[in-house]
Amino acid sequence: MLWSEMERLGRVFDPWRQLEGLNRPVRWATLPASVDFPPTNVWVTEDNAVVTTEVPGIDPNALEITVVKNSLTLRGSRMAEELKEGEAYHRRERWKGQFTKTLELPFTVESDKVEARFAKGVLSIFLPRAEADKPRKISVKSE
Amino acid sequence: MTDTPRDMQKKAAETLETGERTRACRIYTPQVDIIERKDDIVVIADMPGVDETSTDITLEKNVLTIYGRVDTNELKDHKLSLSEYGIGDYQRVFTLSDEVDRDKIQATVKNGVLWLVMPKATAVKTRKIPIQAEGVGGVMKLS
Repeated sequence: MLWSEMERLGRVFDPWRQLEGLNRPVRWATLPASVDFPPTNVWVTEDNAVVTTEVPGIDPNALEITVVKNSLTLRGSRMAEELKEGEAYHRRERWKGQFTKTLELPFTVESDKVEARFAKGVLSIFLPRAEADKPRKISVKSE
Repeated sequence: MTDTPRDMQKKAAETLETGERTRACRIYTPQVDIIERKDDIVVIADMPGVDETSTDITLEKNVLTIYGRVDTNELKDHKLSLSEYGIGDYQRVFTLSDEVDRDKIQATVKNGVLWLVMPKATAVKTRKIPIQAEGVGGVMKLS
């Protein structure tokens, strides 16, 4: 893995933890014990990246997606249901609050061509790699 | 009442009493809020990736089962480089008390969130147990 998830704010930078992360293959079976909302998967090829994130119940228009160079930031909020008098929670497990999540991508993104789709509570963001950032093949001329 | 967690995790469902499913897919427990209102009980479940056609709600005797199917459209050409959530179906089972009017349960799915409105049975709504005073102003005697 060439890059790692950007350290969350407030968490102490731990180089050993980073090293462990390098060795760990990314598989479904090795999901982290807990993550910042919203949980995100990142899929990459040489030319583009697809970021999918589970944001159920969020108004897609209230989501803020920003791309700067190789970092993607998601901002939004999900508030709890307002309770009227005489109403009470039996269970309260769903996440609520405001979130800001920044992901570092392995390459610089062509920010004009980023597309985002929202369906069934899942947001998918398509991020093409910047032309200037793509690897160039250099042909060797023999004299 | 418990506070909602700061972090979140998509929990895999524990082995169900009904046994394993024939289809080999992961099953997750959707996180729910349950609110009791004056006339009904509302179950709100986070099920990203699910819509109204892929959700099954069954009520057998007093066992309410919520099941949501999710298409696992993994990207074939891409490499998964960050994985914070798994994709799979959702299932959760609740035991209802008699106070729910079974015929009037309503379910809607919007943006990956299931809303289940279960009206209370009329008998329960109006039932108040009168407490009769025995000997007004008297002192309770301990026998």
